Amino acid sequence: MALDTAAVRADFPIMCREVHGRRLVYLDSAATSHKPRPVIDAVTDYYERFNSNVHRGSYQLAVEATEALEEARRKVANFIGADQDSEIVFAKNATEAINLVARTWGRANLGPGDPVVITELEHHANIVPWHMLAAEQGIELRWIPIRSDGHLDLTDLDRLLDGARLLSVAAVSNVLGTINPIRQLADAAHDAGALMMVDASQYTPHLPTDVKEMGADFVAFTGHKMCGPTGIGVLWARPELLEAMPPFLGGGEMILNVTKEGFSTAAVPWKFEAGTPPIAEAVGLGAAVDYLTGLGMEQVREHEVALTGYALRTLNQRYGDDITIHGPTEPAERGGVLSFEYKGIHPHDVAQVLDRSGVCVRAGHHCAKPLMRVLGCAATSRASMYVYNDESDVDALADALGEADVFFIE
Amino acid sequence: MPDLEDLYREIILDHYRNPRNRGELDTPPAVRAEGFNPLCGDEVIIYVQVADGVIEDIKFGGQGCSISQASSSMMSAAVKGRTVEELQQFNHAFRSMMSIEPDPDDPAPTNGNSADVKLGDLEALKGVVKFPVRIKCATLSWHTLTQAVEEAQATS
Ligand SMILES: Cc1ncc(COP(=O)(O)O)c(C=O)c1O
Repeated sequence: MALDTAAVRADFPIMCREVHGRRLVYLDSAATSHKPRPVIDAVTDYYERFNSNVHRGSYQLAVEATEALEEARRKVANFIGADQDSEIVFAKNATEAINLVARTWGRANLGPGDPVVITELEHHANIVPWHMLAAEQGIELRWIPIRSDGHLDLTDLDRLLDGARLLSVAAVSNVLGTINPIRQLADAAHDAGALMMVDASQYTPHLPTDVKEMGADFVAFTGHKMCGPTGIGVLWARPELLEAMPPFLGGGEMILNVTKEGFSTAAVPWKFEAGTPPIAEAVGLGAAVDYLTGLGMEQVREHEVALTGYALRTLNQRYGDDITIHGPTEPAERGGVLSFEYKGIHPHDVAQVLDRSGVCVRAGHHCAKPLMRVLGCAATSRASMYVYNDESDVDALADALGEADVFFIE
Repeated sequence: MPDLEDLYREIILDHYRNPRNRGELDTPPAVRAEGFNPLCGDEVIIYVQVADGVIEDIKFGGQGCSISQASSSMMSAAVKGRTVEELQQFNHAFRSMMSIEPDPDDPAPTNGNSADVKLGDLEALKGVVKFPVRIKCATLSWHTLTQAVEEAQATS
């Protein structure tokens, strides 16, 4: 493995803690990642040395805080291959970034019967905003189905895209780990006259990201899954789109002028950032992308492929037909998210037993209820890996899993 | 950490493996109600047939963990053939065992003292209190039954 995981683990203070007297085996990074020392330090440092409100102070501290915020924007822009810093809009999380597109671009451009196409493997964050637009504006929601191997079924893509205005797809599924063919989908969307939005929440933390190579018009992701703080997310969009979109929330920071009669908006991206922004969180996200860049995103991905391969082999060899791991079987076609079912034992019970050994996995519908329905289950157990995980974590999971038999298998 | 043996008592696992009253009833005369645990996606479906203030029959379905399934099974066995008033006392006693404040939406027992109610097998669910995230798994079926019975009484 290209990453020195022992050295990486040493960067994450939380890795020192114990759970129920056992070493922490954290396998829930698809929900949120841990934070390395440089990110924690950057946030602390911001409060200790720069804290003040941004964009409207004339004193030195405020100038420095503003610079720190805009420096973070620059770092994020570089990290995802954006041409200009102004293409980066800071939001609260990926959910808010997607809602921003639905509420601004969607409200301004979509009307009754206008098709928006999504897929069966979306997170609720990329479903509910469109349901809301369907209720409010009568848009038509269309679904790209998935195949039993966890990949999208693109047989009917042309028909689904016929007349569509937007195709919005998760780059990596948070349940199946499937890496979707984003470029191919973006090209197909554009050929059909639709725009392309990518929910990159599970992509930017794990794979080298280039928004232009994706061919996307909008890309949303969330800081806390990529070593950054909670409370900060990102919307990237093509500059022409951002220019044309109406503002999102109204208030301070997003205006150029306000009179009794009305207001005019600030320039992009501030037009979309009403109110005092999450400054420390943005600074933390800047430190997070620096940290990931330091590890090397190619190496991060290489590590993930190797570890996912090890996990699939280990669990399948150990448990054979007693375990069903959903999603693609080929590590190169998936992220390090393993949703599984074990001996028909309910995921809540599996997760409860694993917790006793300090093994953290998530049990539930993973905010993807339509997908759960397609998979034919109400819930799965999900183990998800990141830069600080290694083979010993997979072994700990495999060892602890068998302990569930004591309670549930006669 | 509390022992898992406190949570997964043998009697709970028995109800989980051999659920009592799993199935469906014809609607009508029975009433059907669904309950969801939004956290984990568990679903409980309760069918209940009420006549003259008596729970004549009850069946449950849906998908859930051992705690939610066992709780449904034990509840169905405990309330079948009982009066709606007795159900209210059970519900009250169960909720206080789960350390839950009385729900203003739930009807309070109209007579009798819920402290006197013998919960029987249901007592085994006491250990769940030590695992606070699992309390909802145990109470979902009770919420759903209360809803179903209210509906049955409203339509009768
Ligand atoms: C694919 C996907 N999209 C969107 C989200 C939403 O992220 P957040 O809750 O940070 O907005 C998540 C994370 O839960 C996710 O996995």
